[in-house]
Amino acid sequence: MRQIDYSFIAIVLAALLLALGAVVFPLWLLSTIVNIIAKALVVIGVILLMRGGLVSFGQGLYYCIGGYVVGLGGQLLGITDIVLLLVFAAIIGIVSGAVIGLLMSRFREIFFAMFSLAIAMILYGMLSQSQALGSTDGFNVARVTALGIELTAGQASLLIYLVACALAAILSILTHIYYKSEVGFACLAAGENEVRLQYLGATPNRIFYGTYIIAATLAALGGALTAINYGHVGPNMTYWTQSGEFIFIALLGGSGSVMAAFVGSTLFEFVRTYALEFAPDAWQLILGTVLVLIIFFLPDGLWSLIQPARSSARIKRRGKAPS
Amino acid sequence: MMTFLAIVIDGFIYASWLFIIAAGLSLIYGVMRILNMAHGSFYAIGAYTVASLAGWYWSAGLPPYGGIVLMFVIALAVGALVGFVIERGVLRFLMDRDQIVMVLVTFGLLLMFEDIIKLMWGVQSYYAPEPYSLFGSTDVGDLVFVNYDLAMVGVAALVAFLLWFGLNRTRQGKLLRAVIHDRELAITMGINVRRLFVITFSVGAALGTLAGGLVAPAIAVTPGIGIEIIVLAFAVVVTGGLGSIQGALVGSILIGLARAAAVNLYPELELFVIYGVMALVLIFKPRGLFALASTRKI
Amino acid sequence: MTQKTILEVRDLNKAFGAVVAAADINIEVTEGEIIAIIGANGAGKTTFVNMVTGYLTPTTGTIRFLGQDITGRAPAAVCKAGLTRSFQVAQLFPGLTVMENMLVAFASLRIGTASFFTPLNNAAARKTALGVLSTFGIDPHADAPVSALAQGVRKLLDISMAMISGPSLLMLDEPTSGVAVDEKFPLMETVMAGVRQTDATIMFIEHDMEIVTRYASRVIAFYEGTIIADGPVAQVLDDERVRKYIVGQIQAAATADSP
Repeated sequence: MRQIDYSFIAIVLAALLLALGAVVFPLWLLSTIVNIIAKALVVIGVILLMRGGLVSFGQGLYYCIGGYVVGLGGQLLGITDIVLLLVFAAIIGIVSGAVIGLLMSRFREIFFAMFSLAIAMILYGMLSQSQALGSTDGFNVARVTALGIELTAGQASLLIYLVACALAAILSILTHIYYKSEVGFACLAAGENEVRLQYLGATPNRIFYGTYIIAATLAALGGALTAINYGHVGPNMTYWTQSGEFIFIALLGGSGSVMAAFVGSTLFEFVRTYALEFAPDAWQLILGTVLVLIIFFLPDGLWSLIQPARSSARIKRRGKAPS
Repeated sequence: MMTFLAIVIDGFIYASWLFIIAAGLSLIYGVMRILNMAHGSFYAIGAYTVASLAGWYWSAGLPPYGGIVLMFVIALAVGALVGFVIERGVLRFLMDRDQIVMVLVTFGLLLMFEDIIKLMWGVQSYYAPEPYSLFGSTDVGDLVFVNYDLAMVGVAALVAFLLWFGLNRTRQGKLLRAVIHDRELAITMGINVRRLFVITFSVGAALGTLAGGLVAPAIAVTPGIGIEIIVLAFAVVVTGGLGSIQGALVGSILIGLARAAAVNLYPELELFVIYGVMALVLIFKPRGLFALASTRKI
Repeated sequence: MTQKTILEVRDLNKAFGAVVAAADINIEVTEGEIIAIIGANGAGKTTFVNMVTGYLTPTTGTIRFLGQDITGRAPAAVCKAGLTRSFQVAQLFPGLTVMENMLVAFASLRIGTASFFTPLNNAAARKTALGVLSTFGIDPHADAPVSALAQGVRKLLDISMAMISGPSLLMLDEPTSGVAVDEKFPLMETVMAGVRQTDATIMFIEHDMEIVTRYASRVIAFYEGTIIADGPVAQVLDDERVRKYIVGQIQAAATADSP
């Protein structure tokens, strides 16, 4: 019980501190932090699924859906209120996750992984061939408003930043509740021994289904935030490399706690910025190499250096009996 | 009528391409239980190597038919070499890990190769069209088919036959089938599984590069063809049943025909149709048409 | 004590293609019985348990439990109806602690939408879990990770997880297998003492005839997918076919001679 209180307090404190940064941080840093948060949200979803043994190669699908909802919300429906857009994106995330999840929750291991990749690539194909939606270029997103008030660029950046901090705090708390909840543990258990869980009265398909919808919603919110932050969306959001990035960050951070997603995302952002500056044509090479190295040497992610992970996510070395 | 014929012939031609690459993927999975995402890279490497080397060859005005032989040799050699290096250098250290980990590792390799290929060949398109028109074309009513494409059906059939023969009629093949069936049991019976792994991965990789090398004259070789094909090859091997060569054959034909139908009738639905076929098969046979048997857990 | 029939198996058959794993199985289990299922490996004992508990669907035949038809129902539904089992190789959640295994078992029974917010480790669940663990004497291990447990403790945890739902019928698949010879009897003693504290009916698969004789009141003998004997212990163990195919002549003689 003590532990939960501590975590809640820590999350809220961190979010408040971050929000205070709005006073001193330069605008480019605010934008970068929003980007980090947006990606971290998607990564939380990846981690939740990974805990259950499911590796999704297609969270980019919902990331893209969330982004396009924001873009189209502005273009077609004239919605630019930041809160409305995020709520809208979340709803579409839930709905699309619920529909696709009906199929996905029946698959495991490599089938799940490859199916998720396939569906994301199908969306990519559809979007990049759609002239109306700007083909491979995508289209721009209108600047957000708040409560009907038009904002300047600076004001918008500030608003987006504060909303992002709040969103991060809220979703982190909810994720933490999930981690400690019956479903959260059941998902972990399902990844370890599905048959046993069935024999205890639970239905793993349903547990994975619920978790999948959560992951989809998180990804949609991440995509929406990205769209709002950058002012642009494109089909590359659902391209395989984007989903690969999310998996990479998840492995970087490890599945031990909610913080891992944010730590991983921050690290990733810094590494990428420097890599793009010094070796722009070798970014995927670096990504791939580090991925392979992590699997070799740090199967529980970087966070395990701080807090040894207990969960036996499938990434860990498998069972030679402990001596 | 013409449309129907177009679909059937197109379908089988496309199925041939798919089979050569899917066979390698299935073979590797069957023996090593690795779903090798880097297979897309092998395909790309094969395409680029043939496009550049063979392209030079034909520009130099050397005997054209010799160039065809060269294509095969180069593609297979490069594939075997790359496969050998990867298996010995990376994969052999991870053989006790979960299957999904192997997917992630090969995914990492795929990412690495994407940039390595770009660093070696640049981002421009490569063309090596000479062999493509070498054999002329055949007219079937209003339709024109390039004989090179039709020859692919023959190549695929040959590959299928060689694989069947190798697995069922040779001693090494029997050992391979033992490993496919039960790796641990094979080890305890004294089969040199490590050596078989190296051979299998090299052969599988060679099939991947062969597919790429053979397709190079027919397309514009650009970055990204690797990932496009892996998504397709995956649909084929899953439909057919992971690890099964005959599954790869049937899967290629099914998906080849489905795709040809879509391309000829509703081109926008191409990817949809391919994955629709896969999803449909999985509903009735959740592990594919010819899935390998699995033992009871409890 | 009422003589209620809690399990009724009629004309159960299971074929895997040409392989007949079970043929014409007919069994009636009365509440409160302690039944031992014996037979050589591959005789169909585990297949029988798998069918009754819903892991396998019978080719033909019916299974009725507490008056309900449970034929072909999934293991989750069978568990909720009050029929649970333990496994020959203990099926646990290796990444969790003993207590967490039990809590997951407890939560699985009533998992629903509220479960997204209900903490796993709540007071009521913990209390129930500790209660069951202490019944089987493994509560000292509550916070140990499963990977650190000895084989005997693993088997007891496996059984504890099956017991937390308070089942009416408990099927134990070789409860003493995998444990050192000198640990078998104490282990079975612990198991039976624990289960007897509830009013669960027990069916257990066992190869050790001494354990069978000590704890069972009735024996069902399987051979090549069919039941060749079903009745009181002494009667079945003395049966000619049972002695020929399962028990062995000398063993049977020794058992007949022992007090």
